[in-house]
Amino acid sequence: MKLPQLSVFLENRPGSLAEPLRLLADARINLVSISLADTEQFGILRLVLKDWQAAKNVLERDGWVVNVSDVVAVDVPDEPGGLVGMLDLLAAEGVNIEYMYAFCLRRNGRAVLIFRFEDPDAAIATLARVKLAVVADNELF
Amino acid sequence: MTENRILDREECLPRADLAALQLERLRAVVERVAQVPFYRDAFALRGVSAKSLHGLDDVRRLPFTTKEDLRRHAPLGFLTVPRDKLARIHGSSGTTGRPTFVAYSPADLQLWANLCARFLVAGGLRPEHTAQVAFGYGLFTGGFGLHYGIERVGATVVPAASGNTRRQIELMQDLGSEVLICTPSYALTIAETARELGIDPRTLPLKFAHFGGEPWTEAMRAQIEAELDILAFNNYGLSEVIGPGVSGECAARAGMHLQEDHFLVECLDPDSLEPVPEGEPGELVVTALTKEAMPLLRYRTRDIARIWREPCACGRTTARMSRVTGRTDDMLIIRGVNVYPSQIEEALLRVEGTTPHYLIEVDRPDIRDELTIRVEVLPELMSDRMDQMQKLRERIGREVLTVTGIRAAVELAAPRTLERFAGKAKRVNDKRRLSD
Repeated sequence: MKLPQLSVFLENRPGSLAEPLRLLADARINLVSISLADTEQFGILRLVLKDWQAAKNVLERDGWVVNVSDVVAVDVPDEPGGLVGMLDLLAAEGVNIEYMYAFCLRRNGRAVLIFRFEDPDAAIATLARVKLAVVADNELF
Repeated sequence: MTENRILDREECLPRADLAALQLERLRAVVERVAQVPFYRDAFALRGVSAKSLHGLDDVRRLPFTTKEDLRRHAPLGFLTVPRDKLARIHGSSGTTGRPTFVAYSPADLQLWANLCARFLVAGGLRPEHTAQVAFGYGLFTGGFGLHYGIERVGATVVPAASGNTRRQIELMQDLGSEVLICTPSYALTIAETARELGIDPRTLPLKFAHFGGEPWTEAMRAQIEAELDILAFNNYGLSEVIGPGVSGECAARAGMHLQEDHFLVECLDPDSLEPVPEGEPGELVVTALTKEAMPLLRYRTRDIARIWREPCACGRTTARMSRVTGRTDDMLIIRGVNVYPSQIEEALLRVEGTTPHYLIEVDRPDIRDELTIRVEVLPELMSDRMDQMQKLRERIGREVLTVTGIRAAVELAAPRTLERFAGKAKRVNDKRRLSD
């Protein structure tokens, strides 16, 4: 299943990362995952969180530009070659990845990775066909 | 110090004779432009005619002409000769990104060449010299204006045109160019490029340079003269009046001599439109006294400068003007190109989803003007994908280049940042220090 991800525009200047995060902290909103893509001039802060709608409202009320996009959480073995094996399968199926980042490690020897696919729905169907586990939101939040 | 030479005796007329000549020419031009509907209507409204002009002060009874008037009567609504008598058409950039046009008869081209020749001779050009023109040749008046002025002096022209700095240096070395014609900042680019090539710029054959097309300072003059081991002269003009040749420095280099036998120049308070006291800064308002095809009355240049009439050591009796120290409108001159904020706005409007929330920053960190457009990111522009965001920057940069001809750095900004630094009204932050 697809997870909503918030992307927040950040200028490249001191304090620009802390400001939106402090807003979420003050609103008692917990993050599940965070990733930062940056250029020399600006950055994109990507957040996965349970109360994404509330988080979006809090950020937008304060003037932050927020984009919502769908990402997919995929379960892979936490062992050498675990990710490569999965990427090989996706490549063989012609699934296009826009970007990805690691989510968190789980104790039972599995890792969760977040993928932004070109076509999330098609990717989920493919993942099911090649028997790769997609992680549902109730397992994450 | 350059040897003092004066091309025409009209540059040294006693002031009373000059004033009489100006009045005679003013009446003649008013007579001629009365056939232009814009002026015919304005004369009727004000009850003025050539006959009713009794002294030069009566110029103040004549209507102003503005860039907007030219645009309203585009492309060539101010002609006083039939279209088939035109020899050439030039243009200058405007707020809409479309140029406004200026037209020349064969006699106008002769006049223009002679006016350029006057300041070139005043600034050291001699028939035995080779002069390299590194201005653009095109609608812009810089290249062609100076080109024919050099020919009029009898010197040799190398029409190198703008750009390709390495080749400019090779041409100077191969052809022995002693005189350089370009914008002052391009002269510094040439010096810098020479050093990068392992050539001491002081060893280039250059002796003089005539600069125009953009604002510059005495500090820049000192730097250019030291780096290239040359004497640098300033000249001034604008296409609506004729192009380069309205004024230029003599060997004394103490102000630019206005070519008053051909131009009646007023210096006015831009708000009250009353003359400022002599020597005080004001907007230059120019009436072309002798142009044939498209003489404009009281053209509002929007350029701020000072004018004074003390006699000059060189023997010329004409009034002199200071460097242009500012503008009364929001026009920016970036790398010699006129840019209006409204052009940037037009470029942004072509990019879907952008709004006119932007800030234009101009800086000259070393020798080159740098234009940066800071654009607010709106929710509909925001993507989680970096490549999309970079493409947005590139698209904005492309549109700005298309509309203005200037390459700009594009920075995406959070909405609140622009408000904090700029406020609603301020669109331009010019960080260059261009006034002395």
